[in-house]
Amino acid sequence: MNAKLASWLTRPTTTMLLVLVGIIAIFAALSPTTFFTLANGQGILSNVAILLVVAVGATFVIITAGIDLSVGSVLVFSSVLGAKAMTAIGGDSLPAILSGLLVTIVAGGAWGVLNGVLVAKAKVPSFVVTLGTLGAAYGLALVISGGVDVRSVPTPLVEFGNGRWLGIPVIFSIAALITVIAGIALALTVFGRRTYAIGSNEESARRSGIRVERHLIKVYALAGALAGFGGFLSLARFGTTTIAGNNTLNLQVITAVVIGGTSLFGGIGWMFGTTIGVFIPVVLANGFIIRGVVPYWQYVAVGTVLITAVLLDQRRRLRQLS
Amino acid sequence: MGNTNAISVTESDLILTVRDVRKSFGRVEALRGADFDVRRGEVVALMGDNGAGKSTLVKILAGVQAADSGVVTLDGNEVVFASPDEARAAGIETVYQDLALADTLDSAANLFLGRELRRQGFLGHIGFLDNRRMRREAREAFASLQVTVRSEHDAVGNLSGGQRQGIAVCRAATWAQHVLFLDEPTAALGLRQTRNVLDLICRVRDQGISVVLISHSLPDVMQVADRIEVLRLGRRIAQFTTVDVSADDVVAAITGARGSGQDDEGQDL
Repeated sequence: MNAKLASWLTRPTTTMLLVLVGIIAIFAALSPTTFFTLANGQGILSNVAILLVVAVGATFVIITAGIDLSVGSVLVFSSVLGAKAMTAIGGDSLPAILSGLLVTIVAGGAWGVLNGVLVAKAKVPSFVVTLGTLGAAYGLALVISGGVDVRSVPTPLVEFGNGRWLGIPVIFSIAALITVIAGIALALTVFGRRTYAIGSNEESARRSGIRVERHLIKVYALAGALAGFGGFLSLARFGTTTIAGNNTLNLQVITAVVIGGTSLFGGIGWMFGTTIGVFIPVVLANGFIIRGVVPYWQYVAVGTVLITAVLLDQRRRLRQLS
Repeated sequence: MGNTNAISVTESDLILTVRDVRKSFGRVEALRGADFDVRRGEVVALMGDNGAGKSTLVKILAGVQAADSGVVTLDGNEVVFASPDEARAAGIETVYQDLALADTLDSAANLFLGRELRRQGFLGHIGFLDNRRMRREAREAFASLQVTVRSEHDAVGNLSGGQRQGIAVCRAATWAQHVLFLDEPTAALGLRQTRNVLDLICRVRDQGISVVLISHSLPDVMQVADRIEVLRLGRRIAQFTTVDVSADDVVAAITGARGSGQDDEGQDL
């Protein structure tokens, strides 16, 4: 078991956990009265929630050695459709909200299935497929909305989306619950094991009798459905669609997943790492704003963290092999 | 059946028979009425030069490709495998040349790949893995074939080529009911590792599984194979019992440099 502990300590995720703790410590020391406060912590958690939900799906996709560039557009598409559906049903009724929930998840899941079928059955590289659906979903969202954000989100939903439960933002609690369930599914179930196997060696998985195509479609469908659900959370939080606000969501999500130690080559990764990877950029951005640093620096910092994370991981593996 | 080392064999001694199998790819005839026999509990080497049809024959028997015509029997029953799954379900396992392991998973996960054990009860029903049992059974499987796995928590990608081949062979042997095909299992290995894999092949046979060794390495074959069957240009042209034959004779049969007396139909070559 000592070997297990040692391997855990040298994991890139552990390094990134220390980086996160370090960042928090530095900002807390510099701005104890503004950064290290309950209100600011709540703000950070709210900012993390949607990114985290989408990153959970991306973790599965990237572990299969795939990539999903379409998540931001799928989120926008789903939220537009969901907002339209809720408006059509009308009022602040629970049925309206629940149908909005259903519509966003189904719409996102449908894009995911399309991605999955094209990747798994038609054998088009995931980068190309999801680059295509990135454009298509965004375009259709603009067509449906006329390019104008839909602002008629039921008031109770917005109250719910900005509410807190035991001091914790509700949307973060939901995101955390999803992350835990997905993390367990990835680490402890047959579904998770086969996700790793496909990313590790697709041909070997196929020869072992795993239905690779069907599994890949499920994984992309999951990522799409989670992006769709992210759209629902986004409506709940902002009370409007955010058509122009998610153009770089895909890159933010991929950055978070990779910082968390998931390999873009597939077969390696875990949900705890993704969680840390989501927090690091959000905490950095928040801290920079509080310190009055020109906020654009956050991109420079996140870029540096990303490259450092991958570099550390590569060096660790080289050491292991030698 | 006239051949150089005719041995009286009754049908019941044969676990796998291939009769007059043909397979063409466009205008290329890979198999032109090939025969092949595997007896119970033996190591038989399938040899032949490049293009002799070995790979095609193995792919047909592993369910990867379908034959155009011909008859295959397994344990006395005629079989046709429409997919690798069907071949495996019938008790035929194949270890391919390019080590079909999932490098980032550990040895137990690889052993149970595609056949993961689930926990008892509700948790198993919703897909939870029984990692403890898989680890334990993997340990037993490796021990019974004396395969050393340096660290069972380590991804197999971090292990040596010999250990990886050991795991791949052990996995296939664990699931093979009847026949285990090994495609060039020592091609990428050093001397000592080769030795280990050859010993492993004998242990698999001693467990009662027939092993078909596809190999170009005559020393390996002479060392472990009980019999040798040679394909040339899509047909079986010779069957040897290893103890009765010299390496030169086998080479001659493979290259066709010298007729080995008679071919399968008893006609002079």
